This record gives sequence, structure tokens and C-alpha cells, in this order.
Amino acid sequence: MWDYTDKVKDHFLHPRNVGEVENPDAIGEVGSLACGDALRLTFKLDENKRIQDIKFQTFGCASAIASSSALTEIAKGMTLEEAEKISNQDLAEFLGGLPEEKMHCSVMGKEALEAAIANYRGEEAVKEDFEIVCKCFGVTDKEIERVATENDLTSLEQITDFTKAGGGCQACHPKIEAILTKLWGKKPVEPAENLVPAGQKLTNLQKIRLIQETLEREILPPIRSDGGDLELIDVAGDTIYVALRGSCSFCPQSQFTLKNFVEAKLREFVSPDLVVEEVKG
Amino acid sequence: MKTVYLDNNATTRTAPEVVEAMLPFFSELYGNASSMHSFGGQVGKHLARAREQVAALIGAHPAEIIFTSCGTESNNAAIMGTLYSYPEKKHIVICRVEHPAVLNVGHHLQARGYRVTELGVDRQGKLNLDELRASLKEDTALVSIMAANNETGVLFPIDEIAAIAKERGIPFHTDAVQAVGKIPMDMSRSPIDLLSLSGHKLHAPKGIGALYLRKGTKFSPFMIGGHQEGGRRGGTENVPYIVGLGRAAEFVTDHMEEENTRVRALRDRLETELIQRIPNTLINGDPLNRLPNTSNISFEYIEGESILMLLNEEGICASSGSACTSGSLQPSHVLRAMGVPFTAAHGSVRFSLSIYNTDADVDHVIKVMPPIIERIREMSPFWKDYQAGKPPSSFLTGGDVEHHVHG
Repeated sequence: MWDYTDKVKDHFLHPRNVGEVENPDAIGEVGSLACGDALRLTFKLDENKRIQDIKFQTFGCASAIASSSALTEIAKGMTLEEAEKISNQDLAEFLGGLPEEKMHCSVMGKEALEAAIANYRGEEAVKEDFEIVCKCFGVTDKEIERVATENDLTSLEQITDFTKAGGGCQACHPKIEAILTKLWGKKPVEPAENLVPAGQKLTNLQKIRLIQETLEREILPPIRSDGGDLELIDVAGDTIYVALRGSCSFCPQSQFTLKNFVEAKLREFVSPDLVVEEVKG
Repeated sequence: MKTVYLDNNATTRTAPEVVEAMLPFFSELYGNASSMHSFGGQVGKHLARAREQVAALIGAHPAEIIFTSCGTESNNAAIMGTLYSYPEKKHIVICRVEHPAVLNVGHHLQARGYRVTELGVDRQGKLNLDELRASLKEDTALVSIMAANNETGVLFPIDEIAAIAKERGIPFHTDAVQAVGKIPMDMSRSPIDLLSLSGHKLHAPKGIGALYLRKGTKFSPFMIGGHQEGGRRGGTENVPYIVGLGRAAEFVTDHMEEENTRVRALRDRLETELIQRIPNTLINGDPLNRLPNTSNISFEYIEGESILMLLNEEGICASSGSACTSGSLQPSHVLRAMGVPFTAAHGSVRFSLSIYNTDADVDHVIKVMPPIIERIREMSPFWKDYQAGKPPSSFLTGGDVEHHVHG
């Protein structure tokens, strides 16, 4: 069970402002049945153009309902200009925090409010060029960029926690990584040939350093994500000796992994002459 | 507040009889069964007794029982141990609704060059045996299909599947973790080659399981160490837990009739009453060919975690196929593979009973469930749309409704 704060539980068990405002001035809708989260927001302004009444209907988990309830409590009495400044962090903070994996609920609240304000102003829902990056959850490149910027998100996992993008079939992971790289920059991989003047060979120290860097950056993360591991044992000339650990050590396909993945990556990033050999034990 | 525990497919209460049987092996009977001295040797007799008890539960010979640490280990050992024995064969057949202890092993193998056929299921969660036959290849090393689905309780025709595999000379493994102890299983009359079972699903503690390995089946050890378990699984035996599993095997044998009569009737009453009292409620899975203790019910247009949270407030423990309960973002892979629509898949609840459940437990759920569902539906825009006669698809954008299954 999730470790929800008392305030999240309170707003889930006793949600404020549930329902639809009668004859609303605006309606905002985000989410979908397929996604498992959806929010419909309606509000009415008073004579001073402040939000007089605001109500929600939410399809979703306890966090989604609590975030919707929090949003209506915060926004009530605000002008639209003030309400526009409500961030998803404001909703999360109001609730005393949300689990990282549930931050997308707070983002949904903010987006519903934006949609409602746009509806009030008669703006088109689609206002700029975008590309749907995550087809499973219908998340666009613009949404990913915006949520990443507003919340200082730098990893794919964080993008998934906050937007759901990438949480389905995972086909969009490279695109999300590319957006993050474009947004935050990343030290480009330095090809081996840039390290030495033309015509010269890598020194042993340069070679070992490059091998270690390539292992850490390119090879170990996917292997470790599968419960395996690999240890660099020795480097003798162009032969690299490694030992397989974890689930790799008993995997019937370990030789395939060594030749078609480990050796291929080392040849790509260090030297095309390298050969990888397994050391048992 | 009284706890009403209806999550027995997650884990069961360790029977007091089982605990009692285990206790001496934590204190006076602590010898190592492999030791030469009689202090250890006497423990070996209890180990042998437990092996007989587990074998008797599934109609096997004691020598065909390998004790493991859990159902997951049994499944992994069965699959990897068979593949090690057929290194030239690079294809296995599993099912899309397997437990992750098989499904993710398939994905793991796929990433390493194996071809993995994931057979689909129909709306009731049933396999198409013609598809199974067509999937078998010259280099198929193993067919592994579960005996009973953990989420819906749907039973698979494993004897028939084993016979189909056997015709082609292919070993057959079944993950029977949910089935053993709930329905009769008899390896002496079945062509199954390997079978996994887990202690904590049948009133033994967590941390003990067993693998049935038919005599003559090719198998390479997954855990390599000493000569324990006939050299098929190294590591000093977890004697108290093995003794507990043995006692639990007797316990569930003694209560199997009750499981299939009284518990089944409780489950059926729970379902019937909920369907009658709550509109837009449906049962997921083959209504007849199911485990006697399991009910997977969908309440349309609402989300499962919210239901579980409110049930929890009433002291009721259940599970959901909702994505939000697990931190996953897609609802249950089992319900999606069955083609359960999103209107229902997100709002599914699994009640799984045991012999410890009573009429009062079911009465409590029947009483509190209708207002809980009504309360959450009152908040749901989709329910409002449905009541207003608007299709849910008219609401909002985004979301590819295609099912995304690895491979």
C-alpha cells in the first residue's frame, strides 16, 4: 500500500467540491479512460472575476482524487491570472507530498485548470505544433518539455512518474531521452580517435580508461537492469578478460551477450580490434 | 476493527498446526540433515517425511520432489534447468497471462536470443489448443503454461496441454502455485513433467516451495552446490520450513473438500449478491472452470485503488488489477490479455477466500461494497456520462487503447 500522507488520505476520504457547477462559465477536461486517470473541472466566476465556485469529477486513484480536491480548495477565490500560476508542486505541497510515482496526478490537476481557463477564454485546446511522443498515454513532446522544465526532471523515470509518458510499451523511450538531452544537454561521447593524434595508437592507460568508461556508460546499465553484472578482470593487448556475475553467470545466452553486445560496444567505442574473453569464477 | 482477509491468492495464513510442527526445528532439533552424527541424522528423517507428505499431495514419488525457496525459484529452476539440458533448442512456449515468475523469465530469455511464443487467451481467459499445437517447433525446448491463473482463478487444461507437448517429445512445465492445495492434482495419472508449488499459498510460511520433477526428465541444476536434493538443488535444507510445507500438504489435503464446497459456496454467494446489488458489475474469467476460492469482479467506470482504499477503511483486505496499486501505469496484463475493456479493467477487484473465511466475512463485504462503489462512482465523470447516455469515448483525448505486451 502507498505511503500516503494524512492530508492525502483526508482529501481522498473527504473530498471537497465534488460534482459539476451548475451553468458553469468554463469546463476543463484532461485524461482518458484508457489512461486510468481523468479529471473534469467546472468553475463559475463572481462579479469581480474571481473563481466563486469550482467543482471536480475524477476517475482515478486516491492521489488523483486528493489532487483534484486540493486544486479546487486552492483555486477558489482566485482570479484567473492568479489561478494560472498554480503549479503541480503547489498541489503536491498542499497535500504534504505525493509518492514520486503519483506525481502525474498533480500534473493532471494543473492541466485541467489550464484547460478550463482556456475554455473560458475561448482558446483552442490545440494551440501549438506538437508531436505525440507516448502513444500509450497520449503525451506530447511539448508536455514533456514543460513538465521537465517546471519540475527540474532529468531522467526518463521522472518523466514517467510525472506524465506517465514511457510507462506503457516503452517504444517512446529513445524519443523521451532525446527530448531530455536537447533540454538539459549531455556530454557527448568522445570517440576514441579524438583522444590520440592521427596515426598513433591508444596507450594502454588510455585504452583501459576508455574500456572502463564504456563499460560504465554503455554496457553495465542494461546488464544490471536485468539482474546481471560484469567485472573487468584484465586487459592484455587487444584481449579483454571479463567475469560474468549475477544472473549473467548462469544465463545460457551469456556467450551471445558477450560477443554481440559487450564486444560490439567495446569495438564501437574503444577499438575495432578488441576481443572479449570470459574468465570463469 | 476486525480484519476480513480476502487476499489468499497473495498469501495465506500459516495454519497453527503448521507452526506447531515447525517449532521444534528452530530449537532442540537444529542438526544439519547432511551431518554424519545421529543428532543431524534424526532431522533427515523428518525431511524425508516432509518429502513424502508433499509428494502425496500431488500424487508423486518422494524422489520427484525438490525443495526450493519459493514458487518463483521453482519456476526459474524448471525453465532454466530444462533449457540447460537442451542447449541446441532455442524456443519456448508460454502464455500471455502467466505470473511474472514465468512471463519475465520469457522476456529475459527473449533478450538473449531465444524465441518465446506467448499464447493469447480469449475473453474468458482460456487458451486455444490449436494455437498451442501450431506454435510447437522442431527446436521447442519447453512448454510452460500455468495451472490456474492467480488473478482470475481460471483453470487451464494442463493434462491435455502436457499430452500435446509429449506427442512432440517436448517437456511440459506448469506453474501450479495457485492450484496446488485448492484442487486435486495427481501426477501419477498426468503427463506433466515439471510442476511448481509454493508454501505460502497453501498455509505454510513464505520462503519455501517445491519443484516436482518427473523421474527421467532431463534437468540441469539451477542452484549448484552440495549434494542436497539429490544434487538437483544445492544448499543446506531449510528444515523448519520444509517440515512446515509437509504438514501444510496434509492440512490442505484434509480441507480440500471444504475448499470445494463451503468456500466455493461463500465465493459464489459473494459474487451473486454483489452483482445483484451493484449495477455494471461483471465477473472476469470463465465462470465455471475456475478455482473455488477466487473471484475477480469489475466495477465499471471507477478505479480499483480507490475501491481498495475504502475497503481497507472497513477492515477488508483484497487486491486489484488496477495499475495504480502497483506503480505500474497499465492495468493488469491478465485482464488486458483477455480483452477486458478499459471501462472494467481499471476497476477490478480480486477477492480470494480460504477455509478461514466465514459467512460473517462475506456478509460484511456484501454490506459495505454497494455504498463504496456508489460513493466512488459519484465522483467519476465517466459514470455521469454513462448515466446520461453518453459513450465514454466521447470524453477527452489521448491514450492508445491497443494492448501493449512485450514481444
